Amino acid sequence: MMAQPLMSELQSSHLTVEQYSQLFTAIESGLPLVAQPYLALAEQIGASEEQVIETIKEWQQQGLIRRFGLVIHHRKLGYVANAMVVWDVANEDIERVAELLSQQKVVTLCYRRPRFLPHWPYNLFCMIHGKNRAQVLAQLDEICRVNKLQTIDKKVLFSYKAYKQRGGRYSNTQLNKSATSTAATTTRNK
Amino acid sequence: MMDELDKKILNRAQLGIPVSDKPFADIAEELGCSEQQILSKLQDMLADGLLSRFGPMYDAASLGGAFTLAAIDVPEHRFDEVTEIVNSFSQVAHNYKRQHQLNMWFVVGTESQQEIDSVIKDIEQQTQLSVLNFPKEEEFYVRLYLPV
Repeated sequence: MMAQPLMSELQSSHLTVEQYSQLFTAIESGLPLVAQPYLALAEQIGASEEQVIETIKEWQQQGLIRRFGLVIHHRKLGYVANAMVVWDVANEDIERVAELLSQQKVVTLCYRRPRFLPHWPYNLFCMIHGKNRAQVLAQLDEICRVNKLQTIDKKVLFSYKAYKQRGGRYSNTQLNKSATSTAATTTRNK
Repeated sequence: MMDELDKKILNRAQLGIPVSDKPFADIAEELGCSEQQILSKLQDMLADGLLSRFGPMYDAASLGGAFTLAAIDVPEHRFDEVTEIVNSFSQVAHNYKRQHQLNMWFVVGTESQQEIDSVIKDIEQQTQLSVLNFPKEEEFYVRLYLPV
């Protein structure tokens, strides 16, 4: 689905072009949960553990990979309420409001997006996940009260059905075309 | 039922796994338990479906992709039909029904900006509905951390 970054831009830890590409594909399909996961990757591509760690750290520094982590299935953990909260913030005030929202523990995303006047005046979008709607609304009220944001016009758009969810899988188009099509699933929630 | 250590591990794991020779030993030291405990608990959580894969979180934009959030005002009686059309595009992800006049919200992810425009145009053509395009103009924050 996504073009692979240019080798010349990124390859500097002495992996061969082929190993570099193999590593990119290998991490994409997931790392094994073993004591030395990067060693396991190194063995897979015939490189040293150190080379793999170095290359991955470079990718992180370059911002290609935000971090390595375990993705939680938030619905299974009880986070079933998902609200997109949209705000109509004066352009000159948007940095300040976005900064305040970004500091909130329950806010997981905060972006500026265009308005569509007159029907859609909202230019700041954030996402709040919670265990139920009442909790999300209470948290939002609290955020507005503490940060004095009550006067900003906003709307809360709860989701009530997830029709299609897909995990982020980005990879070399040639190597992994099948992965993106099989990763698309349809989920229905209560 | 999750015990206190499970919760600590789950919360710690969401923050990212170190890139080091023994990342789980590093975490074990932080949390005051053994490397083996961490690994076996994470393996259980993976098996139980609480966690998905152990892997990288990409910054899709720096990989050369283009993304946008799009919305459609879908007449209620056409919702299922339009859902089917929109979801038939492999470039569409995270399609949610939301409470608003604009009741369908989804992400379009492609390799280029031109492809975004053409997917949106195709969706408009096939559904005969307008698609509003809300590209990200500025990113202030993104981190999915949901403590348990």
